[in-house]
Amino acid sequence: MYKYDQYDQQIVDARVEEFRDQVKRRLAGQITEDQFKPLRLMNGLYLQLHAYMLRVAIPYGTLDSRQMRMLATIARKYDRGYGHFTTRQNIQYNWIKLSDAPDILADLATVEMHAIQTSGNCIRNISSDQYAGAAADEVADPRIWAELLRQWSTFHPEFSYLPRKFKIAVIGAEEDRAAMRLHDIGIQLVKRDGVLGGRIYVGGGMGRTPMIAPEIKDFVTADDLLSYVEACLRVYNRYGRRDNIYKARIKILIHEIGADDYRRQVEEEFAHVKSLGLDPPKAEFERITAMFAPPSFVAADTPATPFVSSEVETPASATGVSTALEANGDFQAWRAQNTAAHKQPGYAIVTISLKPTGGIPGDATAEQIDLMADLAERYSFDELRVTHAQNIVLPHVRKADLYAVWQALDAAGLAPANLDLISDIIACPGLDYCSLANARSIPVAQKIATRFADQNRQRDLGELKLKISGCINACGHHHAGHIGILGVDKKGTENYQLLLGGSGAEDTSLAKITGPGFDEDGIVDAVETVTNVYLAKRAEGERFLDTYRRVGMEPFKEALYG
Amino acid sequence: MDKCNTPLPLAGGAGGGPVADAPANPADSPSPNPSRKREGDRTEGDEPAVTLDAFLDSQTNATAVRLEAGDDARALLPYLDRIALVEVSFPTFRDGRGYSAARVLREAGYTGELRAQGDVLVDQMPLMKRCGFDSFAPQAEIDPATLEAALTRYENVYQKAADGRVPVWALRHG
Ligand code: SF4
Repeated sequence: MYKYDQYDQQIVDARVEEFRDQVKRRLAGQITEDQFKPLRLMNGLYLQLHAYMLRVAIPYGTLDSRQMRMLATIARKYDRGYGHFTTRQNIQYNWIKLSDAPDILADLATVEMHAIQTSGNCIRNISSDQYAGAAADEVADPRIWAELLRQWSTFHPEFSYLPRKFKIAVIGAEEDRAAMRLHDIGIQLVKRDGVLGGRIYVGGGMGRTPMIAPEIKDFVTADDLLSYVEACLRVYNRYGRRDNIYKARIKILIHEIGADDYRRQVEEEFAHVKSLGLDPPKAEFERITAMFAPPSFVAADTPATPFVSSEVETPASATGVSTALEANGDFQAWRAQNTAAHKQPGYAIVTISLKPTGGIPGDATAEQIDLMADLAERYSFDELRVTHAQNIVLPHVRKADLYAVWQALDAAGLAPANLDLISDIIACPGLDYCSLANARSIPVAQKIATRFADQNRQRDLGELKLKISGCINACGHHHAGHIGILGVDKKGTENYQLLLGGSGAEDTSLAKITGPGFDEDGIVDAVETVTNVYLAKRAEGERFLDTYRRVGMEPFKEALYG
Repeated sequence: MDKCNTPLPLAGGAGGGPVADAPANPADSPSPNPSRKREGDRTEGDEPAVTLDAFLDSQTNATAVRLEAGDDARALLPYLDRIALVEVSFPTFRDGRGYSAARVLREAGYTGELRAQGDVLVDQMPLMKRCGFDSFAPQAEIDPATLEAALTRYENVYQKAADGRVPVWALRHG
């Protein structure tokens, strides 16, 4: 994991003092709310319906147990004892006092954390694959590139007042777990003739005009990375529209001038920018790379200490335990659903679902956060990840330890075996918190999860990504849902549109609206209706998305409105 | 009083170009409409800035040019050696096009005065300085102590920009 040196620490400490001063000036009336707004936003502080919300950055979703515990501490000390993990791999606190915000940032700085650029019209926290460094299908660890970009984008003098927010994602595998092409810039690491480089996509995004980013450059090496993105941003900053915030994102610019013209201008700018010496030397890349070195895995046949699982060759005396584990259906179901292949034999990637039936997607109590920190420290080389699907990952768990991990999680209500199933819902805060919302998201998520609470039914439905946004801003990624739900305002009442066929994975697609919307109970029924169509129509091995793509919208429409 | 209309210069500004001999105390330079007031009270060599269109159309011997937020600074590149002042307008602090305009001019070797004018707030000035601005004509009064604190707050920077500061990566690898 990346560790701060004196320079990183000084910058974050200075930020705390700067914000303390800004808050002081605001509270003293020396600056207006209008002038203060972009300053607080660049520190992740939003004014919501009931209180301030603070969004803390978790760069590329990676953190250690010490940092995780600090998140719990902040929840207890300054909020109501819980936090909300977001689709941007960050955490939000919904009940913050403005006067406390500088102290919270000071606490965060003690564990190398901050809230820098988690909102505002600037380059946001860089996101990445939650399985980075662990995935079996990875070309290289994308976090090394993400860290280069983090430093480059922090207080970037030219790009802190962009036309709109700007999101960058980096992935290192063929499978896209980060919705890379739905970012303003998406970078996929690839190897060409043994050389590592990035394929650059620009101009994706969700929001009111969702777009899938076109490829702008097929190969950029790490040596040129910062110059190249600098050129991408400069062309955007020069032309990006300021007259209409709905047309200010880079996706609109690229849509208007076309990918070819944009590419040509970027290339021209890059030729110039490259001569300025903006790229750090190889030694910096190597310094960062060393911090992301794989942990010291133990060989697969080393006996486990705390518990013995059926995976490990067990001594005769332990056979009884092993059989008992086999018999534990809940554990087996969780293991089958919530673990993924690790590149190191004998290890697995564990996803802790923050989606218990009837719960609020992404919420965790301070106690749960502490427990996850403990488990990471004991079983996962002190590492955790936040996923854009609002879950937590323990990236490096020995298979021999899975049972122990599951037991601890289960006791804390953290073992729903529903990763990527219909109840693993992404939902934005919606009208319960957000001042921009048209409709509530959370109660809809809760009702759907309750309707499909039967585990066997969920498993039978298989992979089904359901995503809910409370308004057109699409924080709940409804465009990328196999099933998407969008809250709209219909003559003063909350109404929900149903969308089908989206994907944020490597087969990126945008979901389409089925037709007229539904009320709160109606949308739950509508979801059930479309899943029934799937069950009736599916061919062997097809996921919901595959069936939809094969049979098209008609049968679903027919069942919904026919 | 005669100093009150003069834009605020920045000590140690980038570009090494001439810096207007304005007062050191920024509180002396509030001016609701500096570009107009400045006409009657120009520092030596200063003259009313012409618009980019006027400069390109007919007044290419002017030495002071004003760029509006939507103007493309690259149009000035052929003439940089005879321009002494470029004034970049910030109609609202949210409009950040001027930051790129400044970088473009400095990167092309412009060494004259580069002035940020308009809705220029103290919290934006450190970034503007990094982009190459070396004088400021803010619409609203700026508290000198706050400005001083803002400009000296960050001992380190992550990026190489137009102000010659050494980025952290260069310090790390000497
Ligand atoms: S999608 Fe809309 S309602 Fe939901 S969090 Fe975003 S802005 Fe708020």
